[in-house]
Amino acid sequence: MNAINQSGWKPQMNAREGGAPMTSTGNKALMLEEALIFEIGSDETCGVDLPEVDAAASRLGDLARERPIGLPGLSEPEAVRHYTRLSRQNYAIDLGLFPLGSCTMKHNPRLNEKMARLPGFADVHPLAPVDSIQGALEVIHQLAHWLVTLTGMHSVAMSPKAGAHGELCGILAIKAALEACGESGRKVILVPESAHGTNPATAAFAGFTVEDIPATPEGRVDLAALTARLGPDVAGVMITNPNTCGLFERDMKAISDAVHEAGGFVYCDGANFNAIVGRVRPGDLGIDAMHINLHKTFSTPHGGGGPGSGPVVFSEALAPYAPLPFVEKHGDHFVLVEEETARQEQHGSSFGRMVAFHGQMGMFTRALTYILSHGADGLRQVAEDAVLNANYVLRRLEDVLDAPFGGSGPCMHEALFSDEGLAEGFTTLDVAKGLIDEGYHPMTMYFPLVVHGAMLVEPTETESKAALDQFIDALRSVAERAKAGDASLKSAPHFAPRARLDETLAARKPVLVWKEQPLAEAAE
Amino acid sequence: MRYLPLTQHDREAMLSVVGAGSIDDLFVDVPEAAQLDGPVHGLPDHASELAVERHMTALARKNTVAGEVPFFLGCGAYKHHVPASVDHLIQRGEFLTAYTPYQPEIAQGTLQMLFEFQTQVARLLGTDVANASMYDGSTACWEAIGMARRITKRGKAILSSGLHPHYVSVAKTMAKFTGDVLESAAPTLSAETDVADLIARIDADTSCVVVQYPDILGRIADLSELATACQAKKALLIAVVTEPVALGAIKSPGEMGADIVVGEGQSLGVGLQFGGPYVGLFGCKDKYVRQMPGRLCGETVDADGRRGFVLTLSTREQHIRREKATSNICTNSGLCALAFSIHMTLLGEKGLRGLAMVNHTKAVAAAERLAQVPGVELVTDRFFNEFTLKLPTEARPVVRTLAERGVLAGVSLGRLYPDADELKNGLVVAVTEVVTDEDVEALATALQEVLA
Repeated sequence: MNAINQSGWKPQMNAREGGAPMTSTGNKALMLEEALIFEIGSDETCGVDLPEVDAAASRLGDLARERPIGLPGLSEPEAVRHYTRLSRQNYAIDLGLFPLGSCTMKHNPRLNEKMARLPGFADVHPLAPVDSIQGALEVIHQLAHWLVTLTGMHSVAMSPKAGAHGELCGILAIKAALEACGESGRKVILVPESAHGTNPATAAFAGFTVEDIPATPEGRVDLAALTARLGPDVAGVMITNPNTCGLFERDMKAISDAVHEAGGFVYCDGANFNAIVGRVRPGDLGIDAMHINLHKTFSTPHGGGGPGSGPVVFSEALAPYAPLPFVEKHGDHFVLVEEETARQEQHGSSFGRMVAFHGQMGMFTRALTYILSHGADGLRQVAEDAVLNANYVLRRLEDVLDAPFGGSGPCMHEALFSDEGLAEGFTTLDVAKGLIDEGYHPMTMYFPLVVHGAMLVEPTETESKAALDQFIDALRSVAERAKAGDASLKSAPHFAPRARLDETLAARKPVLVWKEQPLAEAAE
Repeated sequence: MRYLPLTQHDREAMLSVVGAGSIDDLFVDVPEAAQLDGPVHGLPDHASELAVERHMTALARKNTVAGEVPFFLGCGAYKHHVPASVDHLIQRGEFLTAYTPYQPEIAQGTLQMLFEFQTQVARLLGTDVANASMYDGSTACWEAIGMARRITKRGKAILSSGLHPHYVSVAKTMAKFTGDVLESAAPTLSAETDVADLIARIDADTSCVVVQYPDILGRIADLSELATACQAKKALLIAVVTEPVALGAIKSPGEMGADIVVGEGQSLGVGLQFGGPYVGLFGCKDKYVRQMPGRLCGETVDADGRRGFVLTLSTREQHIRREKATSNICTNSGLCALAFSIHMTLLGEKGLRGLAMVNHTKAVAAAERLAQVPGVELVTDRFFNEFTLKLPTEARPVVRTLAERGVLAGVSLGRLYPDADELKNGLVVAVTEVVTDEDVEALATALQEVLA
């Protein structure tokens, strides 16, 4: 079995390293190349031993599969090695600071993982009779109580699968509420330019027209401009608070009041809740709906892109329209309110179901474990340390990197810099790739869109001062090289498993599934 | 607090660097009326690992564990044996605690895995391409309906009566807001699927026909004629697979002509988890790839000419296209996709086909045994690992009584279709490789006693 990346490596590739000896495998000590399963596996190999069964007459009729599927197999040792080798080509929180702004890459406690794997949670069917799953419903109920109390809201919908799905949940509730009171003529949702891309995508999906809200020079929503735009055609606003420039929207309550006065609703993107958990309750700011990314604030792992979980808290005005199903406590008994019971129990105005079954139970157990570990006091400390860490990064780097809103007061949980002052031809991308060579995952790049060449740094509260100091020194050194026009930065990263990848080629000639003829050879 | 590294000394030193007298100075932008003066009232304070573990374990103990009783539930979530190495590998910190691979130079592990996953899924579903996962089968299903609307520019979707009722509910919810017209109905308690009826209903306004395979009652039907009929009317055929293991034994929807095939991948690698997180599978024909929702991983080369992988065709996605995106999806189900892919790699061609035959063989034997219980009738004649029984009485109370006796007998159609009186005696029973002969005997005996 050959574990070399057969299509990729060529001997001349080492030339740029100025005489470093070449290896015949393409490996560099602990940096190991790994082929695809389609190149190392076989149709005949199987890593699972199956139970023996007596042959019986088939009930498949003429639908029995005739063609091979084309699935290579690996034995267990080969599979363990394949995926372990692949894992080592990833950066992760477990390896170091992961300062991806707006993503809240905090430590993922392992107790969460252990609790989610208790058979009483992991090995329970979603359609099992409710008397046999009272503990599962109680987990949902307890977590819901925490989320409602922490946010000061009226109720919570637990089923949305991720943040964007939660946004959809909130916007659909707003739409249902408007329809219920004969206000379906309201077609416009106002969204700040600094919003996450999911906000306008969600509003558009629900049939709304999206209009931008301008920002003030100090990076906040322009209250006067917003108020001037409100009117009988406006369904509501979607505002991120703290916003994506890392600032608290000081006028949030005034914004909410104005929107309500004009007959609209206020959606808050809760992606940045980590900055204020335990210190501010969004319910006190007049919010009508807000999703909470359990995979951000409440530490459930990002898993290389999910699964997430996006419960949505609602104000009293929107609560009747929340989606099914949900859990209610009747005496000592937990009840799952689904379509049938919803009608019987006067939840008839719910806008309906968003997912099969009841949401991301595996994330609920993890988030509840995290919340119980911190408690009310610990969660407040989370917000304070997250904000302190971000301000420390901001103030220690603003002499070398331009901080466009550095004069707007303290930042919240993330520090925003721009590419202003980098040498001619040097970009945010170069800084990011330079940071990779220093052993860090880069910050969020080119977002928010309102800042040129944005670099959004969110350290989170789970970094020590020593870890921050090291990171600050690394980013300072890369920034100084970018300002000085150090050409070697243009070809960074030099020490990662791959150099810069050709994204244009990938999009122009999409190769989305493995084919016998590898692209690298085909291109020659 | 064990997860917070800053010491009080650190905090003071850092406050002085940032020029703040106290932490409160960093929250000056929060209006005073919205400031809490201490921890949120009415909630407990922090707890030790031991205390939390006790609390959670007590809750877990209140649930009946599928693996500890005779267990026959399916209807969109299946209990299969997941090899130990799957859960070990997905807990590697480099997979578990990584983010979406936006920086491909240091995310090749996730990206290569996704490329392998996409290839496995496309081959299994019989489609040209597949994406890097959706939230679950139900959301993948309505995303497919939306995609068919964009492609055909028509607004009427015909849903088979055999489509999972939760999937129908999700599609109906979304249709209320997108304006799609959905035609749907409850199934009938018979061996015949509604394929012939679906063919008759396709017209010039039809964007797509959505058919589940195997369907909610466990029935399987040839989709070839339906695919041809769709093509003739320029509508798309969307096939929904909630039990991917079935495709180890039966023809794929793609090879029968489906344009879009979506599925629930939970069966492989993921586990029951009370309904989530699961992993949505999404495949389609090559020509529709630019209308697909969700992330796609593609092959490319790096600056040195080495093969590598990146997220691609992102001009479909919300972070680039904003309000013009094909979907608002951002986070998907990456780690569950990894679990699916590892399990699939351990099985391989031989293992998946073998596993499918074990499931089918056990299910056939169980169906025949249960049909011998007096008054019980086997409704389905062609099925994979799930079939429907008609009991002489309402199935829902029977299921509850059997659960009290420690047998999780299946899903009653009364639970899924509370309004359909003619379905109330129906019981859907799933039999996978984890079911033993003793389990089947326990169910048959208990059922006979309860019905007597």
